[in-house]
Formats: sequence, structure tokens, C-alpha cells
Amino acid sequence: MLLRLFGMTDLFAARSQMGVSLAFHILFAVVGIGMPALMVIAEHRWRRTGDAVYLELAKRWSYGTAILFAVGAVSGTVISFELGLLWPEFMHQAGAIIGMPFSLEGFAFFTEAIFLGIYLYGWDRISARAHVWAGAIVAFSGALSGIFVVIANAWMNTPRGFTLVDGRFTDIDPIKAMMTPAAFPQTLHMTLAAYAATGFAVAGIHAFMLLRDPRNAFHRHALTIALLLGAPAALVQPLSGDISARYVAKQQPVKLAAMEAHFETMKGAPLQIGGIPSVSERRTKYAITIPHGLSLLAFHEWNAEVKGLDAFPEDVWPNVTVVHFAFDVMVGLGTFLALLSAVILILRWRKRDIVSHRWLLAAVAIAGPMGFICIEAGWTVTEVGRQPWVIYGILKTADAVTPMPGLIVPFISFTLLYIFLGVIVAYLLYQQVLKSPRGDDTVPERVKAA
Amino acid sequence: MTISAAVIIAGIIMLSLNAYVLLAGADYGGGVWDFFAAGPRRQAQRDLISHALAPIWEANHVWLILVIVLLFTCFPFAFSTFAIALHIPLTLMLFGIVLRGSAFVFRSYGSDDNATQQRWGRVFAIASIVTPVLLGMCVGAIATGNIDPTMFTAGFGGSFVDRFIAPWLTTFGVGVGLLALALFSFLAAVYLTVEAEGTELQDDFRARALWAALAVFVIAFGVLALAWREAPMVRKALMAGPWALPFHIVTGVAAVTAIIALVARRFRLARVAAAAQVTFILWGWAVAQYPYVLPPSLTISATASPERTLTLTLWGLGVGACVLFPSLYYLFRIFKMERR
Repeated sequence: MLLRLFGMTDLFAARSQMGVSLAFHILFAVVGIGMPALMVIAEHRWRRTGDAVYLELAKRWSYGTAILFAVGAVSGTVISFELGLLWPEFMHQAGAIIGMPFSLEGFAFFTEAIFLGIYLYGWDRISARAHVWAGAIVAFSGALSGIFVVIANAWMNTPRGFTLVDGRFTDIDPIKAMMTPAAFPQTLHMTLAAYAATGFAVAGIHAFMLLRDPRNAFHRHALTIALLLGAPAALVQPLSGDISARYVAKQQPVKLAAMEAHFETMKGAPLQIGGIPSVSERRTKYAITIPHGLSLLAFHEWNAEVKGLDAFPEDVWPNVTVVHFAFDVMVGLGTFLALLSAVILILRWRKRDIVSHRWLLAAVAIAGPMGFICIEAGWTVTEVGRQPWVIYGILKTADAVTPMPGLIVPFISFTLLYIFLGVIVAYLLYQQVLKSPRGDDTVPERVKAA
Repeated sequence: MTISAAVIIAGIIMLSLNAYVLLAGADYGGGVWDFFAAGPRRQAQRDLISHALAPIWEANHVWLILVIVLLFTCFPFAFSTFAIALHIPLTLMLFGIVLRGSAFVFRSYGSDDNATQQRWGRVFAIASIVTPVLLGMCVGAIATGNIDPTMFTAGFGGSFVDRFIAPWLTTFGVGVGLLALALFSFLAAVYLTVEAEGTELQDDFRARALWAALAVFVIAFGVLALAWREAPMVRKALMAGPWALPFHIVTGVAAVTAIIALVARRFRLARVAAAAQVTFILWGWAVAQYPYVLPPSLTISATASPERTLTLTLWGLGVGACVLFPSLYYLFRIFKMERR
């Protein structure tokens, strides 16, 4: 009854639940990589300069991190169970091959949780040096655990390290399975994305506050540190994107074709930006077309042949509209962030005050959520673009799903739970921002410290 | 008993579960005592619990993730069967885990006004009560030997209830759920006697520990009685097996020591004895179902991953342990050795 009401199959409910869980968790996982770096930089500067504003900053950022990390830890637990709850056949077949990075991630996550506890609650209990180091270990292990998880995902895109006999994996080599062609491009792209997204999100909040209170030292310091993390990462991200695109072109040509809404195999293929892909007509309407663009980007050759969707049977196409749209969103916003970063870094190099340019502050404020939108869009490209496969070319998602019926119930329940938690977290962070010191308060504190 | 890599890893999974029960179990127990905070020192009790949990609960929680990850890496078929059969209680347990952790930080970092604090405190406490019961029910379902992989193959008839509810919703399962709740509450109360400052607050938790010990005693006997009918494997091992008598003796000695130490106000000794008692109960179950990961049909050797995966995992565990144990020691030294 309920099933018919929503017209949703169990497979689609399972995919939706996994999608919602990942989309929710990734926000917190990314913050767990980026925020500790910001806290540590702020604390380090306080120890070196004695400027109490930096201490205030480190403490306020650590409150935010505490909330976000906790929600990230529990939502990550959900995912480790969901791998089995929703995709038991995938775990049955792949567990022995990709368990290794997950095991290593377990230890990295352990380290992160232990040292975050020490960092958050150990201000008065350990030496200054030990405290900064605890924060640095959180930052490092956070990045490392992200890398391990992405390595497992890379295997799903480019499975290696086994021999397939009658549809079963034999001759398993978990080390080879960690060093797949997708592993380097994906981990590089994701790690940079984490720094860029967190840096710009934090910079966006403080830029917004500075628009109203431009002389506030607290927000000025915050903006500088956040951009120091976010801008370089966002600036080099297009290069890592190029590495990723070329690997996809080679290893997963059907995904590339869907990303670019490229229906027809041809030499000197054009790049299509925007537009509406029409699967029935086998073409993309209303797109901006750049001749030879796709051949250049995918293979760095003017006339390289790029396989279109027509090179593959339609039952292995991913959803072209979703993948193409998500890809354009990612590239579009990512390009904006990279250009903005270039402007910021040039100004900084020429020792200009960023805060005095209101238009630039406004641009940073607007850019605040863009990094996270890019990450969500990018993972949509990776995951929806791999469909109908859970293990590319080997196991179909439909064959991996649990025989448990009525999956719409957990899907809707988790969705509501995550919306509820998302609203609360946003509200708590908003309160933290409101509590930040006013412009007048920041000067006396500086004097106090001196 | 042949000691293969698979058996060693199964042992390490049990050790990790053991650590989860002793550490995170007590964190859930803390939530239970938050719920039952009463009397003139009600707020002091809640503050102590919150203070004890805050720096360590997230690290304690990771033991569960390690259990799951090792299970799917080294015993993938047992893991996938377990995840299919126990979909419903595991999903409910995850809800509990998410709500408990989130509510705890929302209370710690949210607004200071009383109504908000109380609301999140309630969510934290209720989730802390419900989650251990569900965890216990999943363990109970494994111990009954009701989970047979053939039930989930395409040709198997059987109704939804037969396949997805009956295996875990048994009186024995509920009994194990309640036992887990009682054990976690017992551990928490005993640990808190050590951490409390002032005789009055210590006595609050001493009384709670003794009540919890009584509850553990009653429920444990109830569960043994239920095992007679519903969990033949546990019955055989704990009543007739070669390990039965030594098991009952060591568990009994630990339990009695914990109670005497509590009465005598030797709280550090009580903490050791309580942890030992819970550990023996857990290993009693493990020994009872050896060599099965998931009785009645999935054994350690039959479901183990290929040798290469197991060897690499052991290496990974070795390297991981070199990082983990010094870090854990450092964490606990900073936050748990403050009062001597």
C-alpha cells in the first residue's frame, strides 16, 4: 500500500536511503577534515603572537567542530551498517577485497576521535605544545580517514586485485585493490575539496559578519585564516579535476559520456555546457557548444575520439540528465571559486586589505556554501554516474540489494531524522555565530593579552 | 581447537566487542542514570555523568565500528546474512545511536536555558536506554541460532514475519536485551562511584550500583532459564559443556567481589570486579557458540575470507594497535586519572 502510494521500488528506496545518508554524512566528514586545520592554525598563531583574538577564535571554532564531529561520527556509523543493511550481496562479495582500507580507516578514525577529545577538553590539562600537537593529529588523521574511505570507493569505480571466475572473486589481492587507477585522482580531488569547501564556508560566514562590522578584529583574523586554507585548495582544484576527468575518460567512458551529455561517438568532440539532454532523441538541446572542447579536455588532443553514449547499450547508461546537470553545477561553481581564489591571492600577494573591498567580501559571503554544493554535486556525478553498477562492470546495484521488503520505511525515517538534525545543527551554529564578539570588544582583549 | 588466522581474528572481534561493552556500554549506562537522576543531588549526578562522558564517548564508540569493519572484511557472508536478518533491530539501534550522540552534544553546546537542556537530556537518556536493549536483542538473536542463510535465498517460502521478525523477537532475545541494559547500568554506576567527588555523591551511585547488581542477577538467571527452551547451543555449553563449571565459578566470584567491594566502599576494586564479571559473561557467550560466527550453519572457517585478506588484516591490526593503544592510554591518563 505504502509502496504503491509512492511508486517506489525497494531498489530505488535503498539507493535513495544510501544517497541521503552519504549526502548528509559527507558534510560532517568534510568539516572533520577542514575545521581541525583551522583550529590549529588559530591556536598556533595565538601561542606565537599572544593575540587573544586568535585564542577566542580557536575556542569558538572548536565548539562548532565538536557539534559537527559528533553528528559526523554517528552518521558515519549508520553508513558502516548500511553497507550490509542495504547492500548485503555487495559486502558478501567485496568485503574481503575492500575491507582493508575500511580497517585502516577505523584506526585513523580512532585516532581522530581520541585526539579531538583531548583537544576539546584538554585546554587546561596538558602543555601548550601538546595541545597544538593534539589538534594537528586530529587534522592529519581526519584527512587520512577520508583518504581511506575514498580509496574503497575508487575500487568500486575501477575494480582491481582479483580474478573473476564464474562471477566470483578469486585470487584476491587487497593491496592491489587499494592502488586502483581511480584511487589517486579521487583522493586528491576529494582532499582538496574538503579544504576548499570548509575554508570557504567559514570565510563566507565571517565575510558576512564583516560586511556589517568591518573593523571587527575577530572576524578579520578568522577570514584571513579561513582563506589561507580555502583559497589555495580551490585554486589548484581545477588541475586535479583535469586529472580526474582524464582518468574517467579512460576507465569509465560511459560515465564521461553521461557527464558531458555526449551521445554520439566522434573525433574532435565539442564540449557542451548546460542544455537539456534528451535520451529519446539522443541529443542535448540548448547547450553552449565549444568545438573540440571535449576532446581537448578529456585527452588533451584536438581531434581525439571521444566515445559517446551510443557506444554502449542503453541498459548500462547512468541517468544522463542527473549526471550532466550535477557535473555542470560542480564545474561551474568550482570555476567561480577558483577565480575568486586567484583574485584573493593576488590581492594578498600585493599586500592589499581584502576587507576594504566590499564587493570582494560580498563575493566571499556568496561563495560560502558553494564548496559544499560542489562536493554534493561531485559525489552525485561519481555515484549516479557509476549506475547501474555497484562494482563497475561486475556487479549491478540491483543484484546487490537486500531481500528485505518495505525499504521505503527506513528511507523516509532516516530522511526525516537527518532533516531534523540538520535544522538543529544549523540553528546551533547560527547561535554560535551570533555569540561572536562585537567589533568594540575585540580591541580591549588585545590590550588585555599584551 | 586449531588456531588459524580466522580464529585469531574472531577472537580480536570479540575483544573489540568486549572493549565496546566495557567502555561505550558504561556511556549508555550513564544515560540510564541521567534518566533516573533523583533526590537532592539530581543536578550533581547529571553533571558528573556528563563530565565523565564528554571527552571519551566518541573514542569509545569507535570500537563498534571496528567490530563491524572486521566482521565484513574477514567474515563477509556472516556479516551480510546478519545484516539481512536483523535489518529491523539494527536500523532501530542506529536511530538510537544517532539520537543519543547528537542529543548529548546538543545539550553540551546548545542554549543554557533549562527547557532546552531538559529536552535534549530526555532524548539522550531515552536513547541510552533503548539502544542497549536493541544491541542485546541482536546478540540474543545470534545466540539462539535462528539465523539461517537459506531463509534469504530466492526459493525460500516463508512469510515476512518468519524471515525478518521471528528470528530476533523472542523472549530469550528480549531477555538478553534487558540483560545488556542492566549490565551497562551496573558498569556505569560502579565507574561513577570512582569518579564522584564527595561521599554523598559516591553513595548515590553506590546504591544505584547495588540495585543494578541485583537486576543483573535476576535477569541473568531469567535468561539462563529461557536459554533452556530457546537457545539450545547456549544451554548445552553453559550447563553441560566442559567450560560450564569454571565459567559459573569465575563469573560468580567476580560478581560477589564487586558487591562486597561496593559495600566496603572499595570502589576501585569494585570497578575491576564489575568489568571482569561483564567480560566473563560476554566470553561465556563466545565460547558457547564456538566455532560458529552465526549459528546454526556459518562457522568461522567456512565464512572466513581468503588467507591473504586475513593475514593483511592481522598486519593492519598490529600496526593500528601500535597507534591506538598509546593514544588511548594518553586519553584515559589525561581524563580518568585525575583523582588519586
